[in-house]
Amino acid sequence: MERTGAEIFVESLRKEGVHTLFGYPGGVVLNIYDVLYDSDIRHILVRHEQAAVHAADGYARATGEVGVALVTSGPGATNTVTGLATAYMDSVPIVVFSGQVPTHLIGNDAFQEADIVGITRPCTKHNYLVKDVRDLARVIKEAFYLARSGRPGPVLVDLPKDVIVGRAEYVYPEAAKLRGYNPTYEGHLGQIKKALKAVHESRRPVVYAGGGVILSNASRELTEFARRLRLPVTTTLMGLGAFPGSDPLFLGMLGMHGTYRANMAVSHADLLVAVGARFDDRVTGKIDEFAPNAKIVHVDIDPTSISKNVQVDIPIVGDAKNVLKKMLGLVHGPEWEARDEVLREWHAEIEAWRRAHRMDYGQGEDVIKPQYVVEQLHEATAGRCIVSTEVGQNQMWAAQYFRLEEPRCWLTSGGLGTMGYGFPAAIGAQAAFPDRVVIDIAGDGSIQMNIQELATAVQYELPVKVAILNNGFLGMVRQWQELFYDRRYSHTRMDVAPDFVKLAEAYGALGLRATRPDEVRPVIEQALAHPGPVLMDFHVDPEEGVYPMVPAGAPLTKMLLL
Amino acid sequence: MRHTINVLVENEFGVLARVAGLFSGRGFNIDSLSVAETQDPTVSLMTIVTRGDDQIIEQIIKQLHKLVNVLKVTDLHEGQYLDRELVLVKVAATAETKPEILRLMDIFRGKIVDVSPKTYTVEVTGGEDKIRAVLELMRPLGIKEVVRTGKVAMPRGMQNGG
Repeated sequence: MERTGAEIFVESLRKEGVHTLFGYPGGVVLNIYDVLYDSDIRHILVRHEQAAVHAADGYARATGEVGVALVTSGPGATNTVTGLATAYMDSVPIVVFSGQVPTHLIGNDAFQEADIVGITRPCTKHNYLVKDVRDLARVIKEAFYLARSGRPGPVLVDLPKDVIVGRAEYVYPEAAKLRGYNPTYEGHLGQIKKALKAVHESRRPVVYAGGGVILSNASRELTEFARRLRLPVTTTLMGLGAFPGSDPLFLGMLGMHGTYRANMAVSHADLLVAVGARFDDRVTGKIDEFAPNAKIVHVDIDPTSISKNVQVDIPIVGDAKNVLKKMLGLVHGPEWEARDEVLREWHAEIEAWRRAHRMDYGQGEDVIKPQYVVEQLHEATAGRCIVSTEVGQNQMWAAQYFRLEEPRCWLTSGGLGTMGYGFPAAIGAQAAFPDRVVIDIAGDGSIQMNIQELATAVQYELPVKVAILNNGFLGMVRQWQELFYDRRYSHTRMDVAPDFVKLAEAYGALGLRATRPDEVRPVIEQALAHPGPVLMDFHVDPEEGVYPMVPAGAPLTKMLLL
Repeated sequence: MRHTINVLVENEFGVLARVAGLFSGRGFNIDSLSVAETQDPTVSLMTIVTRGDDQIIEQIIKQLHKLVNVLKVTDLHEGQYLDRELVLVKVAATAETKPEILRLMDIFRGKIVDVSPKTYTVEVTGGEDKIRAVLELMRPLGIKEVVRTGKVAMPRGMQNGG
């Protein structure tokens, strides 16, 4: 039976199991919106296209499914770039559909035309311009397959108006066939055995887990592997939640704002087992002095990540879950027993580092410390919630003080560091899990980058709780100016800020404020008890810094502890 | 170190931009690039000459592999492949230089493909050394214009599935 491109679009989304779509209509996609009007797919109208993509991204990270966004041509499409780049850096499976001017006008500078395929080429896993309605179903199939398979990532599909209104016989392909695309899922057995031999021979091993563990749903395997072999575990920012934060083997986060013990352990390790982590410069510090004595095993599904930044001794290309499963299958037998004994000295050394420098902040009676807010949020929710963050100090305090126990509960822009990410991402996660508590830990700077989405949260009754750690500064930049620019606070003071309580009320949400430490917990309790979205404005110590800190380009052992 | 890399790609619009974008986006340089359809019209072959240390070349090859439209990447090793380049040279043709141009074309198995009252245009194909030698020898005669195709390369004999 012949169908229009718009009908093919909606039907194909249903076949891909899409329940929720984040979008913003416009001229060239009106036919799609017309079909959506009668469809059972839920469309959430955001207030800015960037937020549509972040929401799809948050939805994807929280559920493990593909997030979907739909926007119009020209500015609608170009507004998605930051969201696409964010998802690309963090390997998040999303598909973004953009409208495009009719094919005969492409290249003619038509109204609301942008070469979005050209613009997004470097920040998507792949992208398509559909030139014929007969290709549409196949392209959608491929787009979803590419987004979720291998190393996941964003895919953009550009839909010219004449493709949307054109007609074609509708057959949805059973499988995508891409002859140049064959991800490697199974790790090489020989390499796996080599890696295990290295683990067996090591006396100072550390497991270093990244976001790839969460993406491949390998947290359980990773946890079992570490516990069985008594391996200390550190994670990247993206890997938080891949290993239980309360486990005694957990060292905390590694890198620029990592814990003293994690950075010291990696710097003194004789073996580093990196799983689904890509040795970001925020993690390695000075690259020549990163894990100087360690043999490095690196498990990653993306061969380009291996030996890109650090030279790897034992590369294993494959899906983290498969590789860890195979490893677990091989670590039985007498030679693997008594690991506690073997690693006793190493664990004792780590314990000494743990005691030497505990993470702490002095919460007095007058001024609210931002870390205290984060700890109270954790306590009040018993850690059972989804946390998103903006970018900057708020993100690092959340990473340091909100102890995550489970994967897919942590939504943060790790790779790109996108301010304005957290709130729309929280909206996406809340749309997926209406009954869970979703908290966006924000700064007063970041929240103002997508604060218009309060309207979206109110309209769709998405009860996201936003906790603004309001210090009146672009805090992280201010911290760098304090430390490295002689306290010359050039353009980091947010002298004029909205009254966040009134602003929340203006949007129809609940606004709450705390200016004293004893008000923090009651505000949180009130926010959690409220059935709708809430903006909590915590006036925190304006000059509080994030510590420990490894200055950019310094080795991990040169931490500023303060 | 210079490397010659053959990249088999799907013959679709935008693929060249993806490959070129990969190089520019990562700050890798392309010395030459030639591309055309193969015996299979759905597939094109690109011959890319680039340079970098082992780690850079490894990244280039892996990143090329990662592109969805790339079917195969072959790093061609010195001495194990054939390569040719085509150059067209427009050179001043005077009573004195004409015999020299003809002599050079005879030696280098080039061809005169266009003649005007003041110029000869010659065509020469060959490996990089030969092209360089021709251009060096013609330079004193008064080169007006040069166009080069960039290298095309192919593994010798039965290698590469032959």
